[in-house]
Amino acid sequence: MTASLQRTALYHWHLAQGARMSPFAGWEMPLHYGSQLQEHQAVRQNAGIFDVSHMRPLDISGPDARALLRRALANDVARLDREPGRALYTCMLQEDGGILDDLIVYFLAPERYRIVLNAAGAGADTAYLRQLAAGKAVSFRPRDDWGILACQGPRAVELVAEVLGRPELKELRSFRSLTAGDDLFIARTGYTGEDGVEILTSDSALPALADNLVAAGLRPAGLAARDSLRLEAGLNLYGQDMGPEDSPDRSHLGWTIDLRDPERQFIGRAAVEAERRAGPRQRLWGLLLPRDAIPRAGYRVVDTAGQPVGQVQSGSFAPSLGLGIALARLDAAIGPESSVFLQIRQRQVPARVVEPPFWRHGRAVYPA
Amino acid sequence: MTQVPASLRYSSTHEWVASLGSGRYRVGITDHAQELLGDVVYVELPQLGQEVRAEGACGVVESVKAASDLYTPLSGKIVAVNEALNDNPQWLNEEPYEKGWIFEIEAGEEDYAKLLDAVAYENSIAG
Repeated sequence: MTASLQRTALYHWHLAQGARMSPFAGWEMPLHYGSQLQEHQAVRQNAGIFDVSHMRPLDISGPDARALLRRALANDVARLDREPGRALYTCMLQEDGGILDDLIVYFLAPERYRIVLNAAGAGADTAYLRQLAAGKAVSFRPRDDWGILACQGPRAVELVAEVLGRPELKELRSFRSLTAGDDLFIARTGYTGEDGVEILTSDSALPALADNLVAAGLRPAGLAARDSLRLEAGLNLYGQDMGPEDSPDRSHLGWTIDLRDPERQFIGRAAVEAERRAGPRQRLWGLLLPRDAIPRAGYRVVDTAGQPVGQVQSGSFAPSLGLGIALARLDAAIGPESSVFLQIRQRQVPARVVEPPFWRHGRAVYPA
Repeated sequence: MTQVPASLRYSSTHEWVASLGSGRYRVGITDHAQELLGDVVYVELPQLGQEVRAEGACGVVESVKAASDLYTPLSGKIVAVNEALNDNPQWLNEEPYEKGWIFEIEAGEEDYAKLLDAVAYENSIAG
């Protein structure tokens, strides 16, 4: 155990809840509180809470904030202009089209934005954006005094609305947010494939809020359940399913690239357009496997002749499906009609290639 | 609290061994091991009749999060496997020393004698 791991404001709360803690991206985070499976099912059937305070909010404001984000992000924040509170999922690209990070950007008010960054990249991303903004009228405020609680599941919004005494939350639409005073921000977003909200608030308010949410019936859930939930929902994990070597088109994220404004020269645009002209060499697909052939990161995928056609990026048992599932990066020639096999130890097991997600709106997308 | 029954012997790779008499031993994974693995969803059992060497991999335990090799602490011949785990892999989590046993092996005394006793194993996982 290294001494340099950061702890969230809920560290002692997790221990009191019986969490098994684990290092993750430089933070000491709850892996589970006894059973990943039960936490997973609680989120699918009722409601769970996740401490995701390792993800870092960064406020970006000023007369040039919009122009900065239109240059730095592959999706276009101009889509948000008419609706303060609205959110957008996007990649931040390198000039060569590789993904630097993925994030959600919130349009708070004219000239005011908030982004939430992945734990591993938050420091570097912030420095990079500051550098990109040099000489521009943009100011940055990392919200180091805040943490994030994700409340997810079919009953989550109703329960959170009750606990916070904010019935208006039930009317909040998907990918919309509301700001309540200086120290509370609530967004209808998440990473589980379920309805829910993410609550950003001051560290000092977190333990009592978490207590109240648990008392209302939300179950504490750890990073292990978060991973199996997001994989079923077909949501990429940065560093696992994509990284600086991968473009959005290689990562099933082509839909997040906004090329509509020909004048908008966002970073990575030329590379993205060149790859579109040539066609990407590989794409990210879903794989479905029987429960005795659970795919794991790094496992090879082969064709009928036994030739490698790609590899698993993320793989797990899917608790909601009772099957093995994976996100796998496969050669461009491979698609849903292809006959491919997962190389699992000494065996080759037929795998079904599908378009993610595996789970959506409370049911399996590809019933057995 | 992690359970480490005093009547069993243990390997450093977190298997437990029970002596059944007449050179027959029963093997499973420890409570500590199942805690580390998390929810078990599939067990690839050793082959019945297979000859195995001590410390060799003879099966796989798949939890939601990871696949982990199962090692035999003893050299010998696999004489029974717990087929009920095919339908009840969660027994490894719920009752690792009882219903969650994995295989039985016929083996010599000398490998068994080298295994850790409960106190030594408990000390090894406390570190």
